[in-house]
Amino acid sequence: MHGIVFIALATVLLGGCAVQPWVKPYERERLADPIMQFQRLALADKHREHIHNVREGARGATGVQGGGCGCN
Amino acid sequence: MRKLLLLAALAWCGAAPAAVTLQAPAPDFTLRNTDGRNLRLKEQRGQVVLVNFWASWCGPCKQEMPHLNRLHDKYRSAGFVLLGVNIDEDAQLGAATAGRWGLKFPVLLDTDKTVVRQYDLGSMPATVLIDRDGRVRHLHRGYREGVEATYEQQIRELVKE
Amino acid sequence: MATGAAQGATLPEDQAEVLYHVYDGGGVKAQGPALLVRKSLADRVSLSAQVYVDAVSNASIDVVTTASPFKETRKAWDFSAQTVVRDGTLTLGGSRSTEPDYTATAFSLDSSQEVFGNMTTVNLGFTRGQDQVGRKGVVGWIDEATHWQYRAGLTQVLSPRWLASANFELIADSGFLGSPYRAARVFGAAVPERNPRTRTSRALKLRSLHDTHALWAGSSMRAEYRYYWDTWDIKAHTLEFGFSKYLAERWLVDASLRSYSQGAALFYSDNATSETLYVSRNRQLSAFRSTSVALRGSYTWPGLVAPYSMKLSLGFEFKRFAFDDFTDLRSGQAYSHNAHVLQATVSATF
Repeated sequence: MHGIVFIALATVLLGGCAVQPWVKPYERERLADPIMQFQRLALADKHREHIHNVREGARGATGVQGGGCGCN
Repeated sequence: MRKLLLLAALAWCGAAPAAVTLQAPAPDFTLRNTDGRNLRLKEQRGQVVLVNFWASWCGPCKQEMPHLNRLHDKYRSAGFVLLGVNIDEDAQLGAATAGRWGLKFPVLLDTDKTVVRQYDLGSMPATVLIDRDGRVRHLHRGYREGVEATYEQQIRELVKE
Repeated sequence: MATGAAQGATLPEDQAEVLYHVYDGGGVKAQGPALLVRKSLADRVSLSAQVYVDAVSNASIDVVTTASPFKETRKAWDFSAQTVVRDGTLTLGGSRSTEPDYTATAFSLDSSQEVFGNMTTVNLGFTRGQDQVGRKGVVGWIDEATHWQYRAGLTQVLSPRWLASANFELIADSGFLGSPYRAARVFGAAVPERNPRTRTSRALKLRSLHDTHALWAGSSMRAEYRYYWDTWDIKAHTLEFGFSKYLAERWLVDASLRSYSQGAALFYSDNATSETLYVSRNRQLSAFRSTSVALRGSYTWPGLVAPYSMKLSLGFEFKRFAFDDFTDLRSGQAYSHNAHVLQATVSATF
C-alpha cells in the first residue's frame, strides 16, 4: 500500500522535475528561417521523391517537418 | 527515511519558477524605442498598459498587428498605452519591420532579450495586460484569430477602473 | 475559445506553386507541369489541391531490347484538408493517379503534435492505397494491388541552431507487384517475370539540419541517412548532404550530394541458371549504385506588396546509375546510364 502511494506521488512530482525545454520561444529566430526547413518546395520535393521511388528499390521514410518558429 | 528524502527532493524540483504572476507588480524595464529615446514601464503608472512581445520572424505576430493598431487608435485617449517589444537580434531589421507592417504604437527594441526573458510566457507572441497600479492582470500566449475581442473587452474593464 | 491556453501549432500559409519538371535518363524522358494551390478557410481548415502531369516517352533499355518505344501520359491529383487540433494538426488526404494501363487511389491520415514546449514534434501517419492494373490491348483490368503505409516520426529542436529528426515507415504491399510487360531471362530465354504477391518494407531515416551562421553568414548544412530493408531481401543505404546559402538579399542557392546503393532482391537474376518460383530481371531490384549532385538557385521577387511574396526557382540534378549485375544486351557490358533532372518553380505565398 505504501509502495503504491510512494510511486504515485513520485510520478506526480517527477512531472514537475522533468527537464525543462531548453530553447525558449524567443530564441527561435534562426529556426524560423526558411533555410532551416527540411522541405521548402512541396512540388519539387514530391517530384524528386517520385523519381527515386520509380528508379530505385527503396521507398519511404521521407518524413514530415517539425521545428520552425514554434509560434502559437 | 530514504523514501522521505527522495520525495522531498522531488517536491523541491517540482516547483518551476513563475516568471510573471497575475496580480503581482509587473517587472519594471527601460528600453530604447525606434527613435532612440528611452521608455520606462514604471513611468506609465496611471495608465493601462498592454505589452506585446513580437518578432519579424513570427507569423502569428504579424497577423495580430492590425488588431493592435486598431486598439491603440481606439483607446489611447482613454488612458491606454500599447507597447510593442521587438526581440529581433538585428535591431535595424526589427525597426524596419515595424515600418513595413505599419505599426502605429511605440516599438521598443529588446535586442539582447533581457526583458522577454524576465517576462517569459513560454510563447511567441506574448501579451501582458497591466493595470493603472502597475499590476499584471491578464496574460495571453500566442495569437489565435478572434482573441483581439477578448483583448478589447479586458482593456475596457481595466480602463474603467 | 480559451485565451490563456497555448496552442502549439499553426496552419500552413496560403500558397500557389507551379512546377515544370523534366527527367531525362536511360532512354526515358518524363516531363510535364504540376500545380499546387493551398487556402485556409476561417483560420480553421487549410485545403490544398495538387495536379501533376507526366508525359512519358519511354525508350529505355528494357523497352528497346524487348519491345518498341512508346509514349503515354500519367495524371495525378492530390487533395488534403488540414486542421489544428490542440497542440497539433490533423490532415486528411486523398489521391488518384491515372495512366492508360494503371490507376492508383489512396487516402491518408496524418497527425502532427507539438510537445515539450514546441521543441519536439511527433508525427504519425497512415495511407491505404488501391491500384488497378491493366495491360495494353486487353479490355478491363487484369489484376490489382493494395498498399498499406504506416509512418512515425519525431523532430527535435536540439539548440537554437540545430534540428534533427528520425522517421520510420513500414509499407506492406499485396497483389500484382510487377509489370505485365517486363521479361525475365532464364537460361538465356525471355520469360514473363514472376514476382511475389506480397512485399513488406521498412525504412528508417535520420536527418540533421544545422544553421552554420557562425561559419558563413546566412547558411545551413543538412545531412541525411536512410536505411531500407524489405522481405524481398533488398537492403539499401541512402546518404545525402546539403548546403544552403543566401547570396545577396534576394538570392538563395542550394547544393546537394546524394549517394544511393542497394543490394539485389532474392529472386533477381540477370540470367537465371535454375528454375525458381520467383524470377525477375527488373534492374530496379538489382544491386546498383546511384550518385547525384544537385544545384538550385532561387530568387525572391521584390516587386510584390506584402503580404504577397513570390519566388522563382531553377534546379538541376545530374544522376549516374551503375548496375552491378544487369547486362546491356546491346553491348554485353554491365549497364550504366546518366540522368538529368530539371525543376523550374514559381511559388507565391499570401
